[in-house]
Amino acid sequence: MYTRGYKLAVSVPPLLWVTLFLLIPYAMLFCYSFWAVAPGGATIVHSWNLGNYGELLHNPMYLGVLFRSMRIAGTVTLLALLLGYPLAYYLSFRAARRKDLFYQLVIIPLWVSYLVRGYAWKTILGSDGVLNGFLQFLHVTRHPVEFFLYSPFAVVITLTHIYTPFTFLPIYASLEHVPRNLVEASQDLGASPIKTFWRVIFPLSLPGVLAGATFAFVLTLGDFLAPLLVGGPSGIMISNIVVSLFGAAFNWPLGAAISLSMLLLVVGLLFLVERVEKRLSFS
Amino acid sequence: MTPEPTAAPLVEIRSLSKSFGARQVLRGISLDIAGGEFLTILGESGSGKTTLLRLIAGFEQPESGEIRMGGERLDTQPPYRRRVNTVFQSYALFPHLSVFENIAYGLRVQHAPKEEIPGRVNAALAMVEMTDYAHTPPTKLSGGQQQRVALARALVNRPQLLLLDEPLSALDANLRRAMQIELKALQREVGITFLFVTHDQEEAMALSDRIALLRAGALEQVASPREIYSRPATSYTAQFIGQTNLLEAEVRGGKARAGTLEWAANGTEGKATFSLRPEQIGLADPALPTVGDNTRFRGRIRNQTFGGATDLLEVSCHDGRVLKVRIASRGPLEGEREFEFRAAEAVRVRATED
Amino acid sequence: MSDQATPFHRSRALGVYAMLVYAFLYLPIIVLVVYSFNGEGVGGFPPRGLTLGWYRTLLSDAAIWGTVLNSLLVAAAAVCIALGLGLPAALALDRASFPGKAVFRRLVLLPLILPGVITGLSLLMLFVSGGMKLSLLTITLGHGTALISVATTELFAGLQKLDRAQEEASLDLGANHWTTFRRVTLPNLRVSLVAAGLLIFTLSMDEIAVSFFLIGRENTLPLEIWSRLRRGITPEINAISTVILVFSIGLIVVWYHLRTRSLKTEEGAGALLPSTLEGERA
Repeated sequence: MYTRGYKLAVSVPPLLWVTLFLLIPYAMLFCYSFWAVAPGGATIVHSWNLGNYGELLHNPMYLGVLFRSMRIAGTVTLLALLLGYPLAYYLSFRAARRKDLFYQLVIIPLWVSYLVRGYAWKTILGSDGVLNGFLQFLHVTRHPVEFFLYSPFAVVITLTHIYTPFTFLPIYASLEHVPRNLVEASQDLGASPIKTFWRVIFPLSLPGVLAGATFAFVLTLGDFLAPLLVGGPSGIMISNIVVSLFGAAFNWPLGAAISLSMLLLVVGLLFLVERVEKRLSFS
Repeated sequence: MTPEPTAAPLVEIRSLSKSFGARQVLRGISLDIAGGEFLTILGESGSGKTTLLRLIAGFEQPESGEIRMGGERLDTQPPYRRRVNTVFQSYALFPHLSVFENIAYGLRVQHAPKEEIPGRVNAALAMVEMTDYAHTPPTKLSGGQQQRVALARALVNRPQLLLLDEPLSALDANLRRAMQIELKALQREVGITFLFVTHDQEEAMALSDRIALLRAGALEQVASPREIYSRPATSYTAQFIGQTNLLEAEVRGGKARAGTLEWAANGTEGKATFSLRPEQIGLADPALPTVGDNTRFRGRIRNQTFGGATDLLEVSCHDGRVLKVRIASRGPLEGEREFEFRAAEAVRVRATED
Repeated sequence: MSDQATPFHRSRALGVYAMLVYAFLYLPIIVLVVYSFNGEGVGGFPPRGLTLGWYRTLLSDAAIWGTVLNSLLVAAAAVCIALGLGLPAALALDRASFPGKAVFRRLVLLPLILPGVITGLSLLMLFVSGGMKLSLLTITLGHGTALISVATTELFAGLQKLDRAQEEASLDLGANHWTTFRRVTLPNLRVSLVAAGLLIFTLSMDEIAVSFFLIGRENTLPLEIWSRLRRGITPEINAISTVILVFSIGLIVVWYHLRTRSLKTEEGAGALLPSTLEGERA
């Protein structure tokens, strides 16, 4: 039905753009990751070597930050799922008339500026912030609790807050897709609501759970704002290292190597998830 | 296998009512369902038949009235505690489970002994002739095959009552007829009480021991197919099941008169409606005299529709009334002819107020 | 058991839990708004000295409004780029088959899930190698590139709901492809286009990660707020944040109603927002 001209007209412009602004930059990332900084520290030498990757894998500082980032990403993903799934289930199966309103209420925080939300947590968690003030007001504590802010704890809380709507959305979508007559059929055959949930609803919602978890994990892993706002020195994550390597620390090749590793990790994870999904569609 | 009328009914429905918002869908339905019978709830869309089924299954709560099964209250039980299973109109097979696991679902969930499960499931598969498909994903099955699996999934649990919500409506005509025969045989074989819902009156007549005709949330008539056909209680019943001619007549002095038609009739004098089935009217031979309580009339053949084994004629009487007449097919007919029917075949019915 | 008034007992716990989650989601926002009226600064409890002073400061703060204008310009341009390329991309994914299509699809959708750092960095490398000076233009190009994914996903979903028979009817009646596109496809996509545009606009206004690397001498609003945060916190930031919040809520309500209006012609609710994996599977 569609002529060759039509197909060319629609594929070429985006292809060109994507090649110029995505493929080539990734290729440059690739190249840079094998280069090095000249001994003086001012210029980049195009000598091909694996030094940067070696540095990444052997330097305990980088490894430590990498593992911390993965731990934080894992924790945030878990928490976001624990918050997002019941919420999505409630909206999909229990909310009935007010479903629309509740849905909009979930989306609204998503559209409040990230920076603004991170900043808000900063004011809440700080030593003279709202939380400490509140606890002292209630005489629960007498002195400000320090570890609320400028710690991995603060990063986890902030990022969980940011990414719970991200897990909610695909889970809600997949729950909405579950045909309600399957729920009735399950109960008809003798399964209580809880059994029906675990045997029918949950398995069918797994694609959404996977999508949400992937989103949350990957985006948290690569996040650099929350650590800057509320992380302090103990809350630094891998992207912060990359940012400083492109800034004050001036080591583009190393930064590129780390970025490329993250890119490959993300792509690998996506492939993995896709395959798991295919297997899930019929067990 | 017509059930013994003296045995206690399996299911007793008393004064069941249900509304959705302002719309009253069921108005005080009372009905007994006998153990082992094949009862069909027949009605147009919007008559409330699906709602009635869902109330028995447990997916809706009655506004008033009660349902009892085996003497115990049923409507206060959640669906997963009722010994009732449903075959859904859309089959509702679990897409993430194989055919085998779909059928085994009820057994697993109710903690049937593990050793028993494969045997029972395989028996159910054999019963619906789907043994070869045990490990197929349901999404790969045709409509008819899915329907069989849905049936097996319900029956394997040996429910006291099986509910079927228009299970054949999505099938094409030939498959549908074949499935009707299989379904009837199956019910006879397992002896489980079937409660079947449909809008197709031919299907109802073919399958049922009894038909309960539902109109606008109330039961119009409950009787066996033959009885409901030959002795419809109301004009609605007469028209909904099969075809009929409705004659508005005046009964006086042992005779009913409708325009130029006149036939012997007893009962209360005054206005009355009569139902006369097209196949009860035949061509009369003017050379032979009228016998018994036959009535003759003349009419002009307006239209003739060929129907394979029979022809349906539209006959115009002298008073302008048009009657439907069904005769054995015999080639084109024309002009004025004489027709006759037995007075006893004109059944007096209650007029249905709209 | 059988004489319970409601035998089908539904646990209340889930509803309570859901409300707690909402409380968690809205806590910072409420704190933000409340403390924008706080006379004493950003911390402490309870807030005292309610005042509109910070809003007054905000109004007279010319620098911030300058960056607001920058952000608006960038967002508008980003919408044009993203829609202008996202629409053909969605059409290509929906209708054309060519070698490397799978790769193309993944590539287009990658910036959705890739941390903005990587997209920003790689574009920085491109511009630097190309000798391009960093400015609002580079930021615009960055936003456009990153947001093509959003446009493509939304428009692809809109195309899937399109009745193909309408286009076939148009061709059958004698219209060529371009006319059919103009008179049949585009009008049917109108709602999707507006919804996608709103979404892209809002995302661009809030974009930080990519912009961080591509910034020149002129700031966008988020980056301006960011640099002020480094200097010290004042409730003026709460004030501007509240303004942004109100604005965003307005946009989102409009977006949502557009989206659901187009879905009401279908029965059942499919994904109301794009999911990468769903889009990829389609």
